[in-house]
Amino acid sequence: MSEESPTLRIDFLLDTEYQYAVGQYGMRFFTGLRDHARFMGVRCPECGRVYIPPRPVCGICYRELQEWIEVGPEGTIVGWTVVRIPFIDPMTGEQRPVPYGFALIRLDGASTSLYHFLDEADERKIRVGQRVRAIFREKREGSLRDVLYFHLLEG
Amino acid sequence: MPRRVAIIATGQTKHAARRLDVNIRELITEAVTRALQDADLRMRDIDAVLLGNMEPFEGFLFPELWAVEGWGGYMKPSVKFNTGGTVGTTTAIAAYYYVASGIYDVVMAIGFEKQSEGHTQTAITTVGDPVWERSVMAGAIGNFAVMATTYMHESGVTEEQAAKAAVKARRNACLNEYAHLQMPDITVEDVLKSEMLAYPVKRLDMCPQSDGAVAVIFAEESKAQKLAPRPAWVRAVATAHEQQYMGDSPKRLAEMRSLVAASRRAYQAAGITNPRKELDVAEIYEVASFAELAMYENLGFCDRGEGGKLIDAGVTALTGELPVNPSGGVMSTNPIGATALIRVAEAALQIMGKAGGRQVEGARTALATGYGGNAWTDVIILSRERP
Amino acid sequence: MRRVAIIGAAQTRFEARKASLAYNELVYGVVRELLDRTGISMREIESMVTASQDAYDGKTISSMAINEVVGAYLKSEAKVAADGLQALLYGAARILSGEFDLTLVVAHCKESEGQPSAITGLMFDPFLQRPLGLEELIAAALQARRYCRRRGVRPEDVAFVAAKAHCQALKNPYAQRAGAFTVEDVLASPILADPIHELEAAPRSDGACAVLLASEWRACQLTDRPVYIVGIGNCTDAYWTERDLAEARALQEAARRAYAMAGISDPAREIDVVELSARYAHEELMAIEALGLHTSPVEFITQDRAPFINPSGGPLCGNPPTVSGLVRVVEAYWQLRGEAGERQVLGARTALAHGAGGICGQNQTVVILRRA
Repeated sequence: MSEESPTLRIDFLLDTEYQYAVGQYGMRFFTGLRDHARFMGVRCPECGRVYIPPRPVCGICYRELQEWIEVGPEGTIVGWTVVRIPFIDPMTGEQRPVPYGFALIRLDGASTSLYHFLDEADERKIRVGQRVRAIFREKREGSLRDVLYFHLLEG
Repeated sequence: MPRRVAIIATGQTKHAARRLDVNIRELITEAVTRALQDADLRMRDIDAVLLGNMEPFEGFLFPELWAVEGWGGYMKPSVKFNTGGTVGTTTAIAAYYYVASGIYDVVMAIGFEKQSEGHTQTAITTVGDPVWERSVMAGAIGNFAVMATTYMHESGVTEEQAAKAAVKARRNACLNEYAHLQMPDITVEDVLKSEMLAYPVKRLDMCPQSDGAVAVIFAEESKAQKLAPRPAWVRAVATAHEQQYMGDSPKRLAEMRSLVAASRRAYQAAGITNPRKELDVAEIYEVASFAELAMYENLGFCDRGEGGKLIDAGVTALTGELPVNPSGGVMSTNPIGATALIRVAEAALQIMGKAGGRQVEGARTALATGYGGNAWTDVIILSRERP
Repeated sequence: MRRVAIIGAAQTRFEARKASLAYNELVYGVVRELLDRTGISMREIESMVTASQDAYDGKTISSMAINEVVGAYLKSEAKVAADGLQALLYGAARILSGEFDLTLVVAHCKESEGQPSAITGLMFDPFLQRPLGLEELIAAALQARRYCRRRGVRPEDVAFVAAKAHCQALKNPYAQRAGAFTVEDVLASPILADPIHELEAAPRSDGACAVLLASEWRACQLTDRPVYIVGIGNCTDAYWTERDLAEARALQEAARRAYAMAGISDPAREIDVVELSARYAHEELMAIEALGLHTSPVEFITQDRAPFINPSGGPLCGNPPTVSGLVRVVEAYWQLRGEAGERQVLGARTALAHGAGGICGQNQTVVILRRA
């Protein structure tokens, strides 16, 4: 076949829905977020690591996790970026306006980090180690979107 | 002791952004035919076929079973793997274990992807945990950019140093007839001036999306010696995982726990104490410029924080002390289901002395890695000497 | 060749919807049970093979959600995107390679979270068949029609298979669907795709199972009653529209290889228990022939011949895809250890476990297990 010969393609729209179970650990976390604007993590009885997201087992010690403790709402930036490429928001199917700040945030008291948005989109104003605070929505529904974004604190 | 296992043949397609001239079956056939020709084998010589592919990228369930005629699998044992970026090395490592076990003597590992046929961003978005990560996601590039700033902070590596890795990849690719992105005239300036996607990652820092397939044939000792004049012996394989979520790894690229664990385990098994001196060539799964430099550190090619200096000194250039990715690497060619197996194929070509214009003279020990999913790692070490 | 032993097994109850459990919780539960039953700590387990499907989980790289709960942190795990019995084969290969002494094999699926018809539709040829809106059930119905006509199997015969399975499942506490159904009940159940009735097709299920494999010397340290894997066979057939659906050549070939490895020459006499992944009742009849158990499968089932088929009730009584083949091994292991409770087949020494993948069983796996 020559490179120039016309090619045919079949278009196929894949549209299937999923209903993901949040699970028992997730239920506790998201109800805490929704009802009290609180981040709840779980602590490993062996190594003491505090996990966000909460989960059934510490992967490092393979110990079951049952001790719940509150973490945040302030934290520290572990890594960050300012996204300038278009990205379709998987929750809405619409393009999220660019640019926006995006970071991996270690909540105070947690051993692991969460991704979330920042209220700053200027590369010169964001750095690793900077302090941030979660800004919650007034009306919360039990999802990570109950946090609007993290606000950069001075200093 | 496990049976000794060697790679005796490889075959690749011409990788490209869109292989509109072939469907998935035909794409696989192209790689399989070349692998069989490489060792003058026929399908009847192959005991079993292992396949690697990331079917969400094509919107398929069991694409390999639909494509069975394309890889000659009729009435043969087969199994499919799907582990993200590592799938090619997952498949190669499985081929190694199956042959080492004595269950099969000759096994063909195949990796394939027609990324042009599906919606790559959708498939990558659904890598994120649906409850915990997907609602606050910025795609593979946003996620990667966050890791890159952590790494820059920890190591002091610069955007210019990262750009050098991107330039090396695209120039090396010009010596590889199968590579997708070949850019003979690319400069560090070009990379730095390319479109900013998400600070510090620019378009030319990232890997492309490709269509492509690769086949690698593994054989036990006596068949390997009979069928290949210079087989590439498998000296060590190792896999290590991370924890469940993307934010679990404390320092991400700056301290890649799974790459450190897997590489040290493989070095130990292969009797390697100084990888920079004892390896002759490495084909690593680098996904982006910053990752390549971070991987130098985590693989022990240099000390922590020295990844940038290593590329400045030209140590990993094709003519350097330890050439990394003579093929052009993932930054030049990335059909996901095939990408990590291409690393293994390229490492084997170096040992077999069949790497053409990208051949590292006298290569006797080669490293191949796969990296993917939630930062997990596969490592394979090949050698000219029988273990 | 060295031998591989099975030294532990666990499964969840199969249910239509396990709404309260996330994937990691579902899998943690079954792995925890396995560890508790065997008294083995996760620290001792060096390697893991898992089976799951991205399309069912709605997640690219479905294993990412469970790596941590299967204990894979810094360890070697690999995921097969195939039936769970394929994961067992790879786990066995890992042990036989001499590199690992203990390998955990886990399979999971929650069919309730996605849309199974749309998902199985993704197995079909994108150019010629997807535009027709096919799904697995429709292909199975075409196969059932062709097989029954070719072999003179009556609707009552197929219904008998389904009735028997559901009666047997009354003895299985893990079963999702069970009942003292008659042939008439089965034939009175709604037709899903002619000629397949609702009770002749596996229900949609959520569930998981786990099996622990050990090298022979390690097994002897850890248990006095190991079960050995003595034969394995796998075979891939042509795509469903490129073969005669009334035949099960891949299963015949997989069985031939497994029997040869196990030294079995007369399977009907030498095997005591058979656990089949027959997701539609007619597949059980096809398998009885293909496995060489009897030339007339209808005579075989109606006359209660040995070996005993599906003491668990089989997939018609609960069938999370990908878990299907591996849970056959869980049941076979309990049967061979004499731990199968009310459904125990007395004196079972040798068992066959069967798994299948793809449209109309395009890929077939047979494993022979024998108690020490």
